[in-house]
Amino acid sequence: MLLIKCPWCGPRDEHEFRCGGQSHIARPGPPEAVSDEEWSRYMFERINPRGVHYERWVHAFGCRRWFNIARSTADHTIFAVYRMTDAAPQLDGSGESGQ
Amino acid sequence: MASRYSAWRLLKEGLRGQRGWQPAWRDPEPRGRYDVVLVGGGGHGLATAYYLAKTHGVQSIAVLEKGWLGGGNTGRNTTVIRSNYYYPESAALYDLSVRLYEGLSRELNYNVMFSQRGMVMVGHSRHDLEAMARWAGAMQINGVDCEILTREEVGRLVPALDLSPTARYPVHGGMIQRRGGTARHDAVAWGYARAADALGVDIIQNCEVTGFVRSPRGTIIGVETTRGGILADKVGLAAAGHTSLLGEMAGFSLPLTSYALQAFVSEPVKPVIDTVVLSLATGTYISQSDKGGLVIGGGLDLYPSYAQRGNLPVARSVLGAIVDQYPSLGRVRFLRQWAGIVDVSPDSSPILGDTPVPGLYMNCGWGTGGFKAIPAGGTLFAHHLATGRPHPLAEAFGLDRFARGALIDEAAASGIAH
Repeated sequence: MLLIKCPWCGPRDEHEFRCGGQSHIARPGPPEAVSDEEWSRYMFERINPRGVHYERWVHAFGCRRWFNIARSTADHTIFAVYRMTDAAPQLDGSGESGQ
Repeated sequence: MASRYSAWRLLKEGLRGQRGWQPAWRDPEPRGRYDVVLVGGGGHGLATAYYLAKTHGVQSIAVLEKGWLGGGNTGRNTTVIRSNYYYPESAALYDLSVRLYEGLSRELNYNVMFSQRGMVMVGHSRHDLEAMARWAGAMQINGVDCEILTREEVGRLVPALDLSPTARYPVHGGMIQRRGGTARHDAVAWGYARAADALGVDIIQNCEVTGFVRSPRGTIIGVETTRGGILADKVGLAAAGHTSLLGEMAGFSLPLTSYALQAFVSEPVKPVIDTVVLSLATGTYISQSDKGGLVIGGGLDLYPSYAQRGNLPVARSVLGAIVDQYPSLGRVRFLRQWAGIVDVSPDSSPILGDTPVPGLYMNCGWGTGGFKAIPAGGTLFAHHLATGRPHPLAEAFGLDRFARGALIDEAAASGIAH
């Protein structure tokens, strides 16, 4: 069971949240210059690492706002919680838990 | 080579104090070079090795397994076999698998205990029934057996279901694929391993792939492992939820996300359910093993994970939904809960064939449904590795379908529990 620190509501149980998958995916452009292969990479390819994963979450049963989490997919440790507009924190995989 | 299993052999060994049995497969040291190296000693890797040797006559094959044989998703699934898919491409693929399962015990001389006890799908609303009518129609057009059931017929097939109008999940009707059922999952891995070993395949356990060997032109010509380097003409990946990690080593990413999929088994109880029952609204399913344990599964955990354990909110919702449907099971105690790491593709269909790197091939993206597809996955992947061309049934499942927009969107189409 994860305890997730929503940036607006504080620590809450994981069942209040939904994960929206990999974050920081940049939309390619301009659209007319983008090949089918590039669109396919943007739409479908995911990094899917075993280790730190930067991902979007939404506080679905709370404030309903989106934010980012840096979380280990190997043991689910949450290293950082940060806002959608923030840059991804640089972590080497042994960052501190929580924010 | 291990000798044939038979009733006569069983009787003979019984009279001789069981002293004549030999190990079912060898435990060889890896050689320096093979024609084909398969990464992953689960059902798909072992079946591929078997069909490569049997059907295509490939002489030198190794299966590399980082842990123990069948210790990944092959040993962690809920053993259900069915072909109730929506699109013609999927129906052809999974129905080939069901047909191969029907003859598998004889083919491998190993009892995989395939029991065609039927797969019942239960609808809990008028909308479920409408979706089911569409689904059943597609299955029948695809030539897969399927019958629509009334509420009373569902009740007769599954007496333990709560049919009362005040039930939390009222039963409005259902459908059944009578050829669906369950098999002994470990036996599928062991049967393929024994049969492949008898054809000369080297099965190497505790051998993790740590990198790839490349030619100067970038073609993959072998693997680095924890037990040394092994060269190969072709390398095939059959590593389920860990395929992305191998792809990363080879320098490409894939349209896959790895999730934990949980399963549960209860203490053994007297026979109460003699079929497989899937509930459409809750995505939960239940069957009873020959030993008496109730085997239960549901949807994926909700965030990417490589930890082979499930999270509690999903366990709670799956088991809660089961108890709401079967009130008599409310006091049954659980024996075990576990999870496997499944590789889910954007359209919940497998990705078969070429990778972006020459010399490296893949059989992945089976997601939550890999076990039922083992014989077909092995047949198709062996065909591709041996001939360099996709099997006709695998053509639609190439990696290129994402750029072409030719997705086979089974998650949306057939309402399966992903």
